[in-house]
Amino acid sequence: MKHFLFFLSLVNVIFGFSQQDKTITICPDCNVKTVREGIKMASDFDTLLIKKGTYKEFNILIDKPLTLLGEDFPVIDGEDKGEIIRIASDNVTVDGLFIINVGTSYTSDYAAIRVVKSENYLIQNVVLEKLFFGIYLEKSNNGKVYHNKIIGDAQDEYNSGNGIQLWYSHNVEVDRNIIQGVRDGIYLEFSDHVTINNNTSANNLRYGLHFMFSNDDVYTNNVFENNGAGVAVMFSKRIKMIGNTFHKNWGTAAFGMLLKEINDAEISGNTFEENTIGINIEGSNRIEYKNNDFIKNGWAVKVLGACYTNTFTKNNFLYNSFDISYNGKLNDNVFNQNYWSDYTGYDLDKNGVGDVPYRPVKLFSYIVNQTPETIVLLRSLFMDIIDFSEKVSPVFTPDNLLDANPLMKKSL
Amino acid sequence: MNIIIVLVPLIGTIFGVMYYYNSKEFIELLLAQPIKRSSIFLGQYLGVAGSLTLSLVLGLGIPFLLYGLFKSDAIFDFALLLVTGAFLTMIFTALSFNIALSNENKIKGFGYAVLLWLFLAVIYDGLFLMSLIIFKEYPLDTFSLAATMFNPIDLSRTLILLKLDISALLGYTGAIFKQFFGTNQGLIISMLMLLLWTVLPIWRLVFISKKKDF
Repeated sequence: MKHFLFFLSLVNVIFGFSQQDKTITICPDCNVKTVREGIKMASDFDTLLIKKGTYKEFNILIDKPLTLLGEDFPVIDGEDKGEIIRIASDNVTVDGLFIINVGTSYTSDYAAIRVVKSENYLIQNVVLEKLFFGIYLEKSNNGKVYHNKIIGDAQDEYNSGNGIQLWYSHNVEVDRNIIQGVRDGIYLEFSDHVTINNNTSANNLRYGLHFMFSNDDVYTNNVFENNGAGVAVMFSKRIKMIGNTFHKNWGTAAFGMLLKEINDAEISGNTFEENTIGINIEGSNRIEYKNNDFIKNGWAVKVLGACYTNTFTKNNFLYNSFDISYNGKLNDNVFNQNYWSDYTGYDLDKNGVGDVPYRPVKLFSYIVNQTPETIVLLRSLFMDIIDFSEKVSPVFTPDNLLDANPLMKKSL
Repeated sequence: MNIIIVLVPLIGTIFGVMYYYNSKEFIELLLAQPIKRSSIFLGQYLGVAGSLTLSLVLGLGIPFLLYGLFKSDAIFDFALLLVTGAFLTMIFTALSFNIALSNENKIKGFGYAVLLWLFLAVIYDGLFLMSLIIFKEYPLDTFSLAATMFNPIDLSRTLILLKLDISALLGYTGAIFKQFFGTNQGLIISMLMLLLWTVLPIWRLVFISKKKDF
């Protein structure tokens, strides 16, 4: 007790003890040497100023509303022993830390920063390296994850974690983060009304962004590059995907975007460039595709079945090996006023719309769907000939699958 | 690429047949002279094939050189394109000489030569496709590898296709192809196959020309 009193008076001397919102400075040479000590000492709404240095700590529990502010990126080294920061209080801000060496566990999903059942949190300017999970939001609503950098070194899918994971967390804003080298860049499960803007997710093993059972989310202006698949949207409703770039998701099983059981979504203004498959659609209904650019993909759009009442308007399909691939004869989707670089028709009345309808499904893509081995005949003369004959008189591909008003010029 | 793979064999075939029939009387004249038979026929063949190859290599090479090929890293792919093109010329000229030698009738010879080209360029792929569809329940990787090896046009197409990064499109079968053709061993084997396609018709050419009685 005596000791504690002495300590308090010391704190008093150093900080002047100004009623509330005081700042506690933590540095390797200060009186307060560890973050955990600082948290223990702090009262509600204090700021912990962490100076430059290395702090070898893990299992740091923040259980009161605090601001952790790092100066010149202090390093918190977990030494692979476990979770590093756990936030279990509302109104916590974590800013400017450099966290490395998160432990790996297959039973408790260790994260660099885990937020548990808390609200109004802000995690910003944090750099994470050598991690298992990065930022894990668990049943935590109304928070913001802003301008963080997560650099993983994942090798295999089965023993790596996700960059930012949201689990039952609603109304979260994920903005301007850079995520690379993890399993899923951003993973949402049962999380509604989340906005994901201006992030860059690259070189991840599995997906750049992954939705599972999450509704009414919006993601705009993100860049997804060189991931196993750019974005996987599964079992979700009313997702808005606007202005994103899907680039170089290239490989034998890679997609720009994978849609599975998605209803009532809006996909507009996105760019799909150099992906093996631009969009892979399965069991998705009432989706509006508008003003997207599909450039130099293997398959621009691959439709795998049970997809009804989707509309494709004013998209640009440029130099894809296959524009649309279909595996059934039934078509309930509408293609209208798109620009197709393969279109060979003419426009006599000069209204900017081609006079001859365009059939985006080639016979070859139909055959490849039936027998994948036949793809070895890609670009052979024989295939060109039968594609042409199918174009003249469609037998195998859906008769009504056509763009009746193909544009003569790229839509902007 | 399609130009190399489709037109080059066609040109080789047509020119080969045409040239042989045109110079048939001259050959008969030469045969009366004390010259070795093999050197007459081989000379004829090499003259046609050599000049066609040269025109292909120069005709494709010079524009690309002017276009700044050496600065780009596509030079190996381009070299492969030229090599396969050269091989295709040699193969199809040799085949057409064979046909012309075996057929006295000009029209018949022309017909067979064009049919040969049509078969290897188009019909073969059609049969290949049909067999793939019919036997799709079975593992077809080795079969399709073999089927590709036995047609010089398909072989060249596959070689070039795998060099382009479009090969990721080919999926599982493509991965197997890449495993085979992508390695040095696969490249050597396919080059040997092309070489075999060249050497066999030439050998037959020499063989027939030795015993043929004009």
